[in-house]
Amino acid sequence: MTGHAVKPEPLVTIDGVAKRFGGRMALDGLSAVVMPGRVTGLVGPDGAGKTTLIRLIAGLLKPSAGAVTVCGFDSIADGEDVRGVVGYMPQRFGLYEDLTVAENLTLHADLRAVTGGDRAAAFQRLLGFTGLEPFRGRLAGALSGGMKQKLGLACTLIRPPRLLLLDEPSVGVDPLSRRELWRMVYELVDQGIGVLWSTAYLDEAERCQSVMLLNEGRLLHSGDPTDLTRRMEGRSFVMRGLDTAGKRGALAEAQKRPDVVDALIQGRSLRLVMREGASAPVGAGAVEPVRPRFEDAFVSLLRTSGGDHAATGVVPSITATAPAADEGGFPVEAVDLTRRFGDFTAVDRVSFMVRRAEIFGLLGPNGAGKSTTFKMLCGLLPMTSGTARLAGISLAHAPALARARLGYMSQKFSLYPDLSVRQNLDFFAGAYGLAGGVRRAAVARMIDGFGLRPFVGSDAGELPLGFKQRLALACAIMHEPAILFLDEPTSGVDPLTRREFWAHINAMAGQGVTVLVTTHFMDEAEYCDRVGIVYRGAIIAMDSPDALKESARDAGLPDPTLEDAFIRLIERHDRARETA
Amino acid sequence: MIAPGAARRLRLFGLVRKETLQILRDPSSLLIAFVLPVVLLLLFGYGVSLDANNVRVTVVVENPTPEAERFIASFANSPYLEVSVMRHRADAEADLVAGRADGVVVLRADFAARLERLDTAPIQLLLDGTEANTARIVRGYAEGVWSAWARQEAMARGRVASVPVVAEPRIWFNPELRSRNFLVPGLIAIIMTLIGTLLTSLVVAREWERGTMEALIATQTGLVELLAGKLVPYFVLGMLAMTLSVAMAVFQFGVPIRGSIAVLFGVAAVFLIGALAMGLFISTVTRNQFVAGQVAIVSGFLPAFMLSGFVFEIGSMPGWIQVLTHAVAARYFVSTLQTLFLAGTIWPVILPDLGAMALIALVFLSATAARTRKRLD
Repeated sequence: MTGHAVKPEPLVTIDGVAKRFGGRMALDGLSAVVMPGRVTGLVGPDGAGKTTLIRLIAGLLKPSAGAVTVCGFDSIADGEDVRGVVGYMPQRFGLYEDLTVAENLTLHADLRAVTGGDRAAAFQRLLGFTGLEPFRGRLAGALSGGMKQKLGLACTLIRPPRLLLLDEPSVGVDPLSRRELWRMVYELVDQGIGVLWSTAYLDEAERCQSVMLLNEGRLLHSGDPTDLTRRMEGRSFVMRGLDTAGKRGALAEAQKRPDVVDALIQGRSLRLVMREGASAPVGAGAVEPVRPRFEDAFVSLLRTSGGDHAATGVVPSITATAPAADEGGFPVEAVDLTRRFGDFTAVDRVSFMVRRAEIFGLLGPNGAGKSTTFKMLCGLLPMTSGTARLAGISLAHAPALARARLGYMSQKFSLYPDLSVRQNLDFFAGAYGLAGGVRRAAVARMIDGFGLRPFVGSDAGELPLGFKQRLALACAIMHEPAILFLDEPTSGVDPLTRREFWAHINAMAGQGVTVLVTTHFMDEAEYCDRVGIVYRGAIIAMDSPDALKESARDAGLPDPTLEDAFIRLIERHDRARETA
Repeated sequence: MIAPGAARRLRLFGLVRKETLQILRDPSSLLIAFVLPVVLLLLFGYGVSLDANNVRVTVVVENPTPEAERFIASFANSPYLEVSVMRHRADAEADLVAGRADGVVVLRADFAARLERLDTAPIQLLLDGTEANTARIVRGYAEGVWSAWARQEAMARGRVASVPVVAEPRIWFNPELRSRNFLVPGLIAIIMTLIGTLLTSLVVAREWERGTMEALIATQTGLVELLAGKLVPYFVLGMLAMTLSVAMAVFQFGVPIRGSIAVLFGVAAVFLIGALAMGLFISTVTRNQFVAGQVAIVSGFLPAFMLSGFVFEIGSMPGWIQVLTHAVAARYFVSTLQTLFLAGTIWPVILPDLGAMALIALVFLSATAARTRKRLD
């Protein structure tokens, strides 16, 4: 007899599950399994159905069709049994911010009937495991984003579950904490716990032993992530040694070629993914093959599976944005910007200069002070101290004049969801003081430039996400600003929509518009010419993405990523603080 | 592993402790429970009065005579009136128009002469009808003074005034007719409605908004534990607010308590459970703090204020609104409170009220339990 290993039973069996909310299909005909003793990644952009699937597994939602079985229990009929074996950490940190770390743990110990010596042992184990021991008496609301997630994890682990459901535990968390969260999860997996980790960061898929790749409610792939990346073998290339104008030109060139599936800027290089069977690209820079990433596979899948934009690898582009006359100097100058809220310093002496037509990024975790910096620069929030000049005009002396030169797109796309596309454009044109023929011309230019013609009569709230984003950008640039501020413009959108958005940004920078952007995505930071790394209210490093990566290179890390660099910088910063 | 019953007690205890810690750290619930009653009691206790005090009456004496002097004196004796005397009717009318006087009594030039001739002397009374309540009081008072004076005059002249029937009213329960004595107990009912519904309407919605509810229902915590974990701490807080309100009524406003204090608090407990359950229900249905707060005010406070008989008498409302008032728990609480404060422990009044309040509490509790699901859809 051949010695066959006992194949472990799946922890979760998802059998033909669909979930409908009103008329909207959130999940459609999903079948998959989650195995014990490994991390299964639930990967996909916002709105793909990740949270819905996790809630279905936790028994918090009832499937419209199909069934979910967890450890042999039906998620609905045996709901209480499912809750007994599942630990669930919701996306929004399901803990009480007005209770301390110890009080939150105590509540969860009460809820899970862990008492006496077991409780003391669990507290000791978990506080050590998460490194929260020194913060027992601190209010949960006063913890950093990373520590909050660790506390959430600790609470769900008070009674070790058989299945751990983590809904986007790493979103907006600083990269060091993110790495620690992964370390903890690997330890749990070694103890035999099955972990389902949902994420919009595609690079996290490569850390999972198994993935479910979701897009628009459908399962694109289920199984080993390397199965997907292996298919991309020999199709990923990098074109190195390009200057700013060169990389933008090469990008625009590549996006028009039919044999290119994906092209994007990484520092001073261009990353290219070729269609299956196509030959290696040729171009201005030196081309070399690279190891394919999970994102390459995802983009390739999306392009071939035929989504909304699959047909148009080419992106419409606005052409008439007249660049501001060259004033000389720096269009954006920020000197010692500081903002305090009570005794909390949200932004601490932040200084930077941005050149004309440069794309400058602020990279950092949630709560680091990126948006606050932007709001001060746009005159939306008074600064506690410091000075700022936009296009040479002091924000303190002539705020209205300075503001007329900038466009601002906020995290939440400030559109009126119940007005049509045209009404939104008309409204913003009016708000910028455009009237008569000038306004009509501006609205028409935006509709044509952003390909909004088919949607002019639709309500902005009902547009697909990608078009909503285009409309928000159109509304921000109608008055042809010389400087454009984009606050987390592509948070959680699918990779194709993000690429399309960046094609617009690159085109505008090519025409002389100065662009400032905030992000918590490492790869998005690589699209920028220069990046400031923001950590706890301060810029701890500022350089081109390539130079930042270079600074982290040593014998142990011959080819560091931007994330590696970020972690090095945080460690160095924290050490300097401790010694200070 | 511990027994299921012990696990349930442990969960309930944990939830109550959590909620208590949150109450102690959150100034807003303490403000609602302790500052709101004080502010409302002071505001309504001193601000709203249905008594006429310091009513300004101008007496116009066109021809001063001893009779007229005696008439003025009987006006001036009243503690409720501020009397000023004028000679010219036009001046007094100007005061009335300008709002400097609440009423004008005119003794015409032939006042004494007519009294002499006809045994009676008509007076003219001018009132400011825009303040209907004050106008009624001045009128009643002026008539009273006039008839008393007329009788005295008649007796002084040795004649019997033709007053066939004299009513001698005896006012029970509130002999001084201090409106504060029935307003303040009623006000306590309004305050308890407001506190009860506001406190709980915010807390469940807050858990939904902050995402903590999702984490809670993903544990084995049962429905009863969830609801009781919310009710118990806010019940204690509400009863403390009740104690504060009663103490203020007695010591600050001098309202007597003629009934049993134990019964008073027993009835308050039943009413409070109903109000808290109503707040929980609102919170559970809306899942949004802002909306829940608005709904609590509109469906809790306003009906309690308008339809409880606290200020506006139910008996003088249109029939269909009178029917509507039966659904307002505050109606029964107002009536019981007024009874316990002013009359005593009158069971025939209290028992039906108590039954109605218990029924309303039961309805809201079961409605909340029915709407609380351990699922998100």
